[in-house]
Amino acid sequence: MPLQTLEDSPPELDKLWQTLEAVVDPEIPVLTIADLGLLRDAEIGADETVTVTITPTYSGCPAMNMIEQEIKRVLGEAGYGAVEVKTVLHPAWTTDWLSESGREKLRAYGIAPPAKGSTSKRALFGAEPEVTCPHCGSKETEQVSAFGSTACKALWRCRSCLEPFDYFKCI
Amino acid sequence: MTADTEKMTPEQQALFDYLLRLGDNAVVLSHRLGEWCGHAPVLEEDIALINVALDLLGQARSIMTYAGEVEGAGHDEDALVYRRDGFDYRNVLLVEQPNEENFAVAIVRQFLFDAWHYELQTALLQSSDARLAAIAAKSVKEVTYHLRHSSEWMVRLGDGTAESHGRVQEALDDLWRFSGELFEADAVEERMAAAGIGPHPQSLYAAWSETVDRVLAEATLSRPEDGWMQSGGRNGRHGEHLGFILAEMQFLQRAYPDARW
Ligand SMILES: [Zn+2]
Repeated sequence: MPLQTLEDSPPELDKLWQTLEAVVDPEIPVLTIADLGLLRDAEIGADETVTVTITPTYSGCPAMNMIEQEIKRVLGEAGYGAVEVKTVLHPAWTTDWLSESGREKLRAYGIAPPAKGSTSKRALFGAEPEVTCPHCGSKETEQVSAFGSTACKALWRCRSCLEPFDYFKCI
Repeated sequence: MTADTEKMTPEQQALFDYLLRLGDNAVVLSHRLGEWCGHAPVLEEDIALINVALDLLGQARSIMTYAGEVEGAGHDEDALVYRRDGFDYRNVLLVEQPNEENFAVAIVRQFLFDAWHYELQTALLQSSDARLAAIAAKSVKEVTYHLRHSSEWMVRLGDGTAESHGRVQEALDDLWRFSGELFEADAVEERMAAAGIGPHPQSLYAAWSETVDRVLAEATLSRPEDGWMQSGGRNGRHGEHLGFILAEMQFLQRAYPDARW
């Protein structure tokens, strides 16, 4: 799902997207909503109204309300007037939308990024993905629980360095 | 709410009823799972059950928001969940069954539901109703994890100790009588199936049954005989348990209407 390409877009739209770069996920503050792929669209209407479209990671993600408020705050401080935030469910968010830089930032933050291209039904009774320990780089890891501290994470542990860690699980 | 709903066409009324069934299942089961917060056998499981509860609550919110729009009487998702009486609730009886502080009961209830819910959401991906299909596309990813989790526990408990095996078999024998309602057809379900909005309930049975057989075999558990099946929840005929759930869940909005965080 490619996002807005900045090449041919008018400068005011570039500026809007750059301003939105300041909006981070409240639960994983090293990632912007653009890194996560939650930011689906941003446009400026004829009447100068800004419409920002976002999509949730999980149906019950409690961060969505905060993200909406944060978008309005950041754009308000940047001088934008009327801001409307729309939430869409379609197409459904997938971990494959996580940007390359987002994956790197996750790893540096101590969260193992999701295995790539693993969003299929394999999650059901499928083999566990190979997950690299974000602390020591070992592949000798195991899942403790498919459910973690937030809806998007699973609990894992490393058999090499014995540290527990979060895995950003695939959906 | 009866007066307001008279304005809907028969098609809208059926869709509204159908959405309430979907949404109420999710809300009531979410509440039951929420009762485990701080009480689950181990910390990881406490977290897992609450994650599942949160997914279901989120799904319910998407569905109820839509239901309120279909009804067209100005009820948002909160009004539908917190201001409806028990006889207006449309959930299946299975999801309101109490935990009885017995983890085996919670897992069996969840497994029987998840195995059905997975097939339902998969079928809803093809819904002629674009909004419902979009909600399903989101939900099915979550429900896949739910089913995997409850299936693993069925196997762990069933193929565990004599104590865990006995408790999970007993819970299965006890809750089995609520499984029939999941596949019951009535006017609402028939109308949804005819319009291509939802699957015919009986069309989900074969796949559900196969999942149940596969997991029970691995769990060394016996599938109970299909005896008399208890139903009525989807038409508002509930057991005593739902009233206690609603009393707790609706207290704040009933006592302080329109209270906000
Ligand atoms: Zn390690």
